[in-house]
Amino acid sequence: MSQQKQNAVLELRNVTKTYRVKQGLFGKARPLTAVNDVSLSLPRGEVLGLVGESGCGKSTLAKILLGLEMPSSGQVLVDGQEIGAQDRLSLARRIQPIFQDPYSSLNPRKSIFDIVSLPLRVHGVGQQADWDREVRKILDIVGLPARVMNTYPSQMSGGQRQRVAIARALIMKPEIVICDEPTSALDVSVQSQILNLLGDLRREFGLTYLFISHDLAVVEHLATRVAVMYLGRIVEEADVAGLFDAARHPYTQALLKSVLTPEPGLGVPDTQLGMAYPNPIDPPSGCHFHPRCPMMTEHCRKVAPRSLPTPQGRVECHLFDPESPMTKAEVA
Amino acid sequence: MDKPLLSVRNLTIDIPVGGGTLHAVRGIDFDLNRGETLCIVGESGSGKSLTSLALMGLLGKNIRRSADRMDFDGTDLITAGPRKMRALRGGRISMIFQEPMTSLNPAYTIGDQLTEALLLHRKVGREAARARAVELLEKVGITAAESRLSQYPHQLSGGLRQRVMIAMALMCEPELIIADEPTTALDVTIQAQILRLLYDLGREMNMAMILITHDLGVVARVADKVAVMYAGELVETGSAQEVFGAPAHPYTRGLLRCIPLPGKTERGSELGTIPGIVPSLIGDVEGCAFRTRCPHALPECRAEIPRRGAGEHLFRCVHPDGAVSAEDVPA
Ligand SMILES: Nc1ncnc2c1ncn2[C@@H]1O[C@H](COP(=O)(O)OP(=O)(O)OP(=O)(O)O)[C@@H](O)[C@H]1O
Ligand SMILES: Nc1ncnc2c1ncn2[C@@H]1O[C@H](COP(=O)(O)OP(=O)(O)OP(=O)(O)O)[C@@H](O)[C@H]1O
Ligand SMILES: [Mg+2]
Ligand SMILES: [Mg+2]
Repeated sequence: MSQQKQNAVLELRNVTKTYRVKQGLFGKARPLTAVNDVSLSLPRGEVLGLVGESGCGKSTLAKILLGLEMPSSGQVLVDGQEIGAQDRLSLARRIQPIFQDPYSSLNPRKSIFDIVSLPLRVHGVGQQADWDREVRKILDIVGLPARVMNTYPSQMSGGQRQRVAIARALIMKPEIVICDEPTSALDVSVQSQILNLLGDLRREFGLTYLFISHDLAVVEHLATRVAVMYLGRIVEEADVAGLFDAARHPYTQALLKSVLTPEPGLGVPDTQLGMAYPNPIDPPSGCHFHPRCPMMTEHCRKVAPRSLPTPQGRVECHLFDPESPMTKAEVA
Repeated sequence: MDKPLLSVRNLTIDIPVGGGTLHAVRGIDFDLNRGETLCIVGESGSGKSLTSLALMGLLGKNIRRSADRMDFDGTDLITAGPRKMRALRGGRISMIFQEPMTSLNPAYTIGDQLTEALLLHRKVGREAARARAVELLEKVGITAAESRLSQYPHQLSGGLRQRVMIAMALMCEPELIIADEPTTALDVTIQAQILRLLYDLGREMNMAMILITHDLGVVARVADKVAVMYAGELVETGSAQEVFGAPAHPYTRGLLRCIPLPGKTERGSELGTIPGIVPSLIGDVEGCAFRTRCPHALPECRAEIPRRGAGEHLFRCVHPDGAVSAEDVPA
């Protein structure tokens, strides 16, 4: 455990992000806790998958890691150094994003050369001739022919555009890549090419990824560790085998149950889960998950669970707390 | 066997574009019985949405549609006028669109829009219509359903709008629902719940459904029949068991190799790919459109492609077995 902490290239310590939002036209601004006391560490060379429902705070977490949002409290450390103490440009050299939508994240008026070489120019790396060479090199790595340099995003397919976005992210040779739904907008035939590419780049350059996705099969395929988020909190974290083969938290179990594998005859599973996602401005008492949990007890309504270590990671659920009345009753 | 509820033969859609004619849908055939679910699966741009719009008579004015047959329970959809089509769409056929904002009117409340069709086509009272609306909103997992009725579409999140669309489609207990990517924008847990709901209601009301998606997992779990679409053609059709259990067309097999299968695909291993891109469908399209990406392409693939298969499991390929024997059987 402490060994792992030492190797962490990226670490979050008790990070909370609160937005102030207005409800209705004349409503008073109320706090919305998008990320709630999250501690996570990203060991070098690993792929941390981050999963959870829409609105649970995944993108907010990604933005905090990229330095695009400041946490309301807590610390973000890159190689053991606080992110605030590092200047934005040097941070951008080490951490780069790949976002969901390859259509809107590329400037339609810039050529592919301009788009991919922009980070070099911003960081003042080398001269015109070097840029040309570097762009060719990185395009080759992501599997695009050099002739696309003079074309524009509108002339490319979705998969090609996402490769351009990846080339742009990699040209500064970052250590960490934050991928926020990098394949959600793509067809499966394109998705598999991008997933293979991300895997190859990781092996070749020792990259570390945070990989956010709704698609659990994809996360299972690519990730080495997985964190499950619910209403701003990490409710379970484990290595990939621990999570997919021995899920503990009832929410994780419901997520895994919802995965529709292409196997006919199995029908659509019953998730045993209420459908109502709670209002983040007015989160449920006790365990935030209790209104939808099939295992809910009175205790869950009143008391928030604490983070408990498991052999593969940790979980926040009373079911696994030897001190909780639920487990005590069971033992008795 | 009863006559099918919906029968389509040689549906063709042409769109005049700058450089000529885009042959977006190129002669597709299918039958759908009452209570059955047909899933149309295929890559972006393969013509899935156009096909559904053509059935509903909702194609743009510049788009040319032709067919040898388009029959809905005895009504000829090719010759049906706008008034007849409107009546069908409001009552016996309903549609869930890919982008909910295009079909929700921003100027009316959710309640107005939910009850409108019911009041118009079913002669029920306002109170009964509202009660039905609340019931369906609750069924699709919308809390405080009563108070949602007075809200406007822009006050709802994307996921909620999509669920309102689904509730709206069910209001009149249609005989046929055409749903274009109804759950793509939703979370996996909600997706499973909504699909289950559509599936259960389909059984309960003996409702037929055409479900358009590019998610092979969804297809396998809800389809009775599957149609795999590529570049405007149905390259393979059959029951879900047939298409997933013994995929015949090289494209279908290629698609299935692209997705990681939990418990089957080794974690972190290389996934299958389909290199290349869909060809342009502007101008004449000869032979098999998949040949430019097919590992088994032959010179003959440029010529007329025979239809093969037996029973309901049909495919188009020059190879008598769809080149199954040429590929390694996966362990
Ligand atoms: N700038 C902002 N101002 C106010 N609220 C915000 C802001 N950004 C995000 N939120 C809220 O914070 C919560 C978390 O949002 P976030 O975008 O991180 O979710 P997510 O997990 O990425 O969801 P999705 O899967 O839909 O992308 C949501 O309730 C969202 O409405
Ligand atoms: N009004 C139009 N004018 C010109 N071309 C069109 C029009 N509508 C659709 N097309 C083209 O027809 C083809 C098929 O479009 P369609 O919307 O049916 O695809 P789809 O299979 O639904 O794709 P997706 O999965 O992305 O929704 C595409 O190449 C599209 O660009
Ligand atoms: Mg997000
Ligand atoms: Mg479509």
